[in-house]
Amino acid sequence: MLSRTADHLYWMARYTERAENLARLLDVSYQMSLVPQSLAAQNENWRAILALNSLEAAFAREYPAVNVENVLRFMVSDASNPSSIYSCLRAARENAHAVRGTMTAEMWESVNATWIELRQQNFEHILARGVSEFFDWVKLRSAVTRGVTFGTMLKDDALHFIRLGGLLERGDNTARILDMQYHILRQNDDEEVSDFYRWGALLRSLSAFQVYRKVYRDAITPGRVAELLILNMNLPRSLHSCADGIVRMLQLIANGASAETERQAGVLHARLHFARIDDVLAGGLHEYLTDFMDRIFEIGDGISRDFLIPG
Amino acid sequence: MSTHFYNEMYDSAGVLRPHYRTFAEWLAAMPADRLERKRTEADTAFHRVGITFAVYGEESGTERLIPFDIIPRIIPAAEWQALQAGLWQRVKALNAFLHDIYHEQEILRSGRLPPEQVLHNAQFRPEMIGVDVPSGIYAHIAGVDIVRAGAGESYVLEDNLRVPSGVSYMIEDRKMMMRLFPELFSRQMIAPVQHYPDMLFENLRSVAPKGVSDPTVVLLTPGAYNSAYFEHTFLAQQMGVELVEGRDLFVRDETVFMRTTQGPQRVDVIYRRLDDDFLDPLVFNKDSMLGVPGLLAAYRAGHVTLANAIGTGVADDKSIYPYVPEMIRFYLGEEPKLNNVPTWMLRKPEDLSYVLAHLPELVVKEVHGAGGYGMLVGPASTRAEIEQFRTRIVASPEKYIAQPTLALSNCPTFVESGIAPRHLDLRPFVLSGKRGIGMVPGGLTRVALREGSLVVNSSQGGGTKDTWVLEN
Repeated sequence: MLSRTADHLYWMARYTERAENLARLLDVSYQMSLVPQSLAAQNENWRAILALNSLEAAFAREYPAVNVENVLRFMVSDASNPSSIYSCLRAARENAHAVRGTMTAEMWESVNATWIELRQQNFEHILARGVSEFFDWVKLRSAVTRGVTFGTMLKDDALHFIRLGGLLERGDNTARILDMQYHILRQNDDEEVSDFYRWGALLRSLSAFQVYRKVYRDAITPGRVAELLILNMNLPRSLHSCADGIVRMLQLIANGASAETERQAGVLHARLHFARIDDVLAGGLHEYLTDFMDRIFEIGDGISRDFLIPG
Repeated sequence: MSTHFYNEMYDSAGVLRPHYRTFAEWLAAMPADRLERKRTEADTAFHRVGITFAVYGEESGTERLIPFDIIPRIIPAAEWQALQAGLWQRVKALNAFLHDIYHEQEILRSGRLPPEQVLHNAQFRPEMIGVDVPSGIYAHIAGVDIVRAGAGESYVLEDNLRVPSGVSYMIEDRKMMMRLFPELFSRQMIAPVQHYPDMLFENLRSVAPKGVSDPTVVLLTPGAYNSAYFEHTFLAQQMGVELVEGRDLFVRDETVFMRTTQGPQRVDVIYRRLDDDFLDPLVFNKDSMLGVPGLLAAYRAGHVTLANAIGTGVADDKSIYPYVPEMIRFYLGEEPKLNNVPTWMLRKPEDLSYVLAHLPELVVKEVHGAGGYGMLVGPASTRAEIEQFRTRIVASPEKYIAQPTLALSNCPTFVESGIAPRHLDLRPFVLSGKRGIGMVPGGLTRVALREGSLVVNSSQGGGTKDTWVLEN
């Protein structure tokens, strides 16, 4: 297929996935802010969200103070913030529009309908209805688009590039969410009472709460949460599962130039496949997740070079 | 201006024309609220599918829906056959003309057409002289605008031989009518049009470069911000070919390739929806970011086919239009079956003085204008507008032609106040390839929605109707 077409499909999938995960991250932060805590601690949490996306400076230029409403406005519907849900869904739609002929009519209509519905909601409406309802809507729209994609598209390279983009973004985003929340939760180790709610919210944001119960049948501990989200092969949003999918997609689209990228993905997968959580935690979770995100970035770079923007 | 117009549905005595009888009975039996619901349904569906077009000169990225009217334009079988024969004849002659002026130029030597009209025309491409194109076809796709005027006689308004658009609306309008009112299609035999993309694809494959048995066809678009982008994606998808932009293609060893995820792939036929000027920055517009450097060289070497060919604009130019009947006589030895609109060429002093004396009655068009931009409709213009236009004509008369204001036929149309007559035209699409000429019965009917307006272009607020050719 055309490199440019693959590029648009890949980024359409990445932006759709990014919007969904942003909704998940903001939702868990919002849920956690409802747990009794000091206002300072709460604002620290919102500041961490900005730091996670390296947006502190851009935020400070437009908003006087870090608080729940300002950060939500900035991250949900601020068109000037390229990382907001609004901007991600706009970018997803623009990428889809550029290659609408290569996807099924239902797929294009789903992406376009998301954009049309988003534009009908301003931030005041979203606040008035409750932000969680909005985050649910983002997740639902993402699920609809994903469902229509798998339900209607031919299993050819177009689908493989869409899946590849989605998996890469998802792996990166899960690592980011885990990195940030783990850090905050470890800082607050003394407030044990609320831990259950906080770890629970983190798991829920990644649709992993019930899975945790099913897999461990035991109390929620930080080590197991990390194990589940990083190493569990069968959890769709875990790092292991994403790496596994990336390797398989790369095999399907391989060309004469992509051996090195395939090798890097294989290494990443092997490191997850044969890892033990005790070793991961002993070496420092933050360091581990940072390394993972760096590797994902490298693989993304390789995909662009090998397939999407060939010289 | 004449106050009497030919009505497609009723004769001058107000009696229903026979080919509208079945439809009119159905319409009369249809409850008003159901019709209203159906019209809303059509609007929603067109929006959701994103059948929109960009409007130039408005805020960038403005996408508008082309209004769709549910009352069809119906053409009886016999009338269509006559029209079709005339169209085939005309397009055949135009292709012969293009071949001739880029080769022997016999028509110029015969004195039937002033050579400077062709050779000094901005649309004449000297780069094409002596270049042989497959099957001698230049205008593979022609969109010929037909109007009906006076007591019902048809005229060719213009021959669009560059990158005519609108065929996607023809197909979408039909799909919409079949979705809204399937019962209408079981009551009478209406010729199908949805196979147009198949015909187009076969036509494009038939003109592949010599020696290519399984040609790769692509559609070249200027990109997502072009007003006809919807149509480009639609046709590429329907034909199952890649929709490419200039940056997706490159030329190596006078051969065109596209950049794919599996490496370079050779391209044999390019259905280009990009004007000549932007095709190759090495030869034409140097600043064009839309084209492909080296494309002309590959084309001249015969390694790739462009549809339409480069340089077809000289044949649909408004200054050449008056000579088309002469072309038909010269190349085919036949009398023209379709009427030309009488045209004054303002480069001629006697035509100029007549036109300047009769501006309020006439339509004046820029020779190189298109899309309803840059024209004067005398009877619909204020004195100030006419005087302003007069100044422009006097400054450079050779840039203009003038025609009588045709009393365009009209057809009942849904407007805000109910059903009222509105003027319309018809753009059938004629395909020419190795196996001859083909077309689907019908075309795109455009309707001027403003009361009294004679300008049907979508950029000027025109709408569309489904076009039915009845089968016997």
